[in-house]
Amino acid sequence: MLETIWFLLWGVLWAVYFALDGFDLGMGMLKPFLARDEYEKRVIYNAAGPFWDGNEVWLISAGGVTFAAFPLAYAAMFSGLYTALMLLLFALIVRGVSFEFRSKVDSPGWKAVWDGCQVVGSFLPALLLGVAFANIFQGLPLDQNQVMHGGLLDLLNPYGLAGGVLFVLLFLLHGALWLSIKAEGDLRERAASTAARLWPVLAAVIVVFLVYTWFATKLFTNYLTNPVLFLILLVPVGGLVMIRVWLAARRFWAAWGASAVMIIGVTLFAVVGLFPAILPSSLNPAWSLTATDAGIKASSSPLTLAIMLGVALVFVPIVIGYQFWVYKTFSAPVTREDLEY
Amino acid sequence: MDAILLSRLQFAAATMFHFIFVPLTLGLSVLIAGMETAYVRTGKELYLRMAKFWGKLFLINFVLGVVTGITLEFQFGTNWSRYSAYVGDIFGSLLAIEATAAFFLESTFIGVWVFGWKKLSPKAHATVAWLVAGAGNLSAVWILIANGFMQNPLGYVIRNGRAELNDFMAVVLNPFAWQQFAHTILGAFCVAGFFVLGISAWHLARKSHEEFFNASLRIGAGVALVASILVAVQGHFHGNEVARIQPVKLAAMESHWETRANAPMYLLQIPGENGNVLEALPVPSLLSILAYNDPDAVVKGLNDVPAADRPPVVITFWAFRAMVGIGTIMPLIALFAWIKRRDIGKYPWFLKLLPWAIPLPYLGLQAGWIVAEVGRQPWIVHGLMRTSDAVSPISGGQVGFTLAAIIVLYSLLGAAGFFLAGRAVKQGPDAAH
Repeated sequence: MLETIWFLLWGVLWAVYFALDGFDLGMGMLKPFLARDEYEKRVIYNAAGPFWDGNEVWLISAGGVTFAAFPLAYAAMFSGLYTALMLLLFALIVRGVSFEFRSKVDSPGWKAVWDGCQVVGSFLPALLLGVAFANIFQGLPLDQNQVMHGGLLDLLNPYGLAGGVLFVLLFLLHGALWLSIKAEGDLRERAASTAARLWPVLAAVIVVFLVYTWFATKLFTNYLTNPVLFLILLVPVGGLVMIRVWLAARRFWAAWGASAVMIIGVTLFAVVGLFPAILPSSLNPAWSLTATDAGIKASSSPLTLAIMLGVALVFVPIVIGYQFWVYKTFSAPVTREDLEY
Repeated sequence: MDAILLSRLQFAAATMFHFIFVPLTLGLSVLIAGMETAYVRTGKELYLRMAKFWGKLFLINFVLGVVTGITLEFQFGTNWSRYSAYVGDIFGSLLAIEATAAFFLESTFIGVWVFGWKKLSPKAHATVAWLVAGAGNLSAVWILIANGFMQNPLGYVIRNGRAELNDFMAVVLNPFAWQQFAHTILGAFCVAGFFVLGISAWHLARKSHEEFFNASLRIGAGVALVASILVAVQGHFHGNEVARIQPVKLAAMESHWETRANAPMYLLQIPGENGNVLEALPVPSLLSILAYNDPDAVVKGLNDVPAADRPPVVITFWAFRAMVGIGTIMPLIALFAWIKRRDIGKYPWFLKLLPWAIPLPYLGLQAGWIVAEVGRQPWIVHGLMRTSDAVSPISGGQVGFTLAAIIVLYSLLGAAGFFLAGRAVKQGPDAAH
């Protein structure tokens, strides 16, 4: 029971991370295409300003919870995906620094360097997270000793890359919607029309990815056993539809919320499909790392899981509370007065 | 080269680089929160300008600390996966608690601190400063409890082929962890104190912004004095605990080879990996006194430890001496600065010296961590798991590549940060951005 709760919490943490950091990664990728001058560039940086650091901690938490609740899975996943994860880290490092350093020196060369870091540092995490998760969905070449075979190039298979494209598009749309909230005037119009143009592309890619998933993975097995679970699909599909509706009505907050719900729904759909495996083995299902006793049990002792659950029940609501307050406090569009970065 | 040595180098490089920025974050955040509180209480503009000037330096430093910290959490999985699988039940939960209870708070409110000057009242903004400072120091508590488990594992039982938690409070209340926390946090306040002191002195030597930097210098001198005295005193008790719990580490710190009572300390000593190359001028019983507060105490020597279980003696010995040496100089400098704080302008040579003292506590802390971590070898978890059994099943080539990338990337970022901090210092308070 504790294992199942933690499996779901594990999925929820990743989902919240994607829904929050997704928009600032998306804006980072959009910046070179949307900003026409230095002021607009700074608006985009400052639209992420008060939030990006707090958002990124959801990734640290998701990593930390994998470590704490499923140490065997953490060990196998992080060592197995070694090169991909290191690239992700380097990207996040240069990206984080670019926020703080860019505006400190008034020279075009200096700014161009950090702008480049911001774009690469936003694109690579989106792509790599998609590639990594798609590979997890279809199973990793894990042997009976929880050692993964193959390297970065093996991850770049067609299904893995499809996952990467899906994540990039999810985050691009999410970022365009956030910028529609936080920018004013011409930049807002460009962001909104970009979102409108991204929408059909994303909708098509989601459909293709779902069909591809049917053939490339075993994610649908749980759904076919319990068809009632297919109701979960209503969440991402509903989110996707409502983005279009609210975007047309120029209700940008609602559209962004729908996009967040869609991202969370997509993640939960996959996580429920994975259960009880955290890392399915493509070599032999019995070598999969799981939350329960099917395959190799990767979870922590009941005592650790219980203590962690207590910590999560106390602190996660507090975190959600103050992060919500931060979003509310900085909900207004960015003006010239607000430029700190 | 093999994955184990490269992984150790990589972890050492990543931690030591991370630990250039963290101590200043811990100490300076508290000073800034204090300045903002002084502003709220007195309404004096000077304190607000102080919080903003030191805050700018804080932010440059903070971001480098944060981004390099992310690497560390992931490295346990990428490079030390067998360690993660073996002790993750305990160690992983401590990292997860740190993220949930402390790091979230710090990272969320640092954004509010930067962007909230116009959106929040001065009182609310000062509260945010305290939240950032408190959360950062709370992070240090959890991280050092996690490290304390590696130094003095408690509260576990070996079951299912790994260490499983059986007493959470024993892990959290690990006395070794709390000694280490006290020692590290006091070291961090030395860093902050000497940082403020040195930069203030640099400006005062140039007679620029004298009112501002005289006030800052007094704060820096006070913090540096109190912290550097406390870190030395507390360091003695920490040493007593190392002697009791990790006698082999203590023997390596002193390059002490023969187990004996009334163990002397040599004023002239050159250590080697198999015995002292030179030992002269013994002070009888001094080592027994320092280690156990008892001249008759028996101090275990390295000859009683199989060679395979000894830490690298030469590195541990010299790092310990560097730390103690710096710990002796720091209070003297801070004391002089404190005594002369009201007419420090009369001592231009001292004002010119103080910026050069900024690196001292940094070096002391790095040396201290070398003692703590190298001195624990060959164990990754003291007495429980060997470092050589902890490494991931990955190729040396992969690690070599990322090690090189980390060194290049971190050097570039460090240089950029240093350049920006230097610029901000030169511009002084009241610079537009």
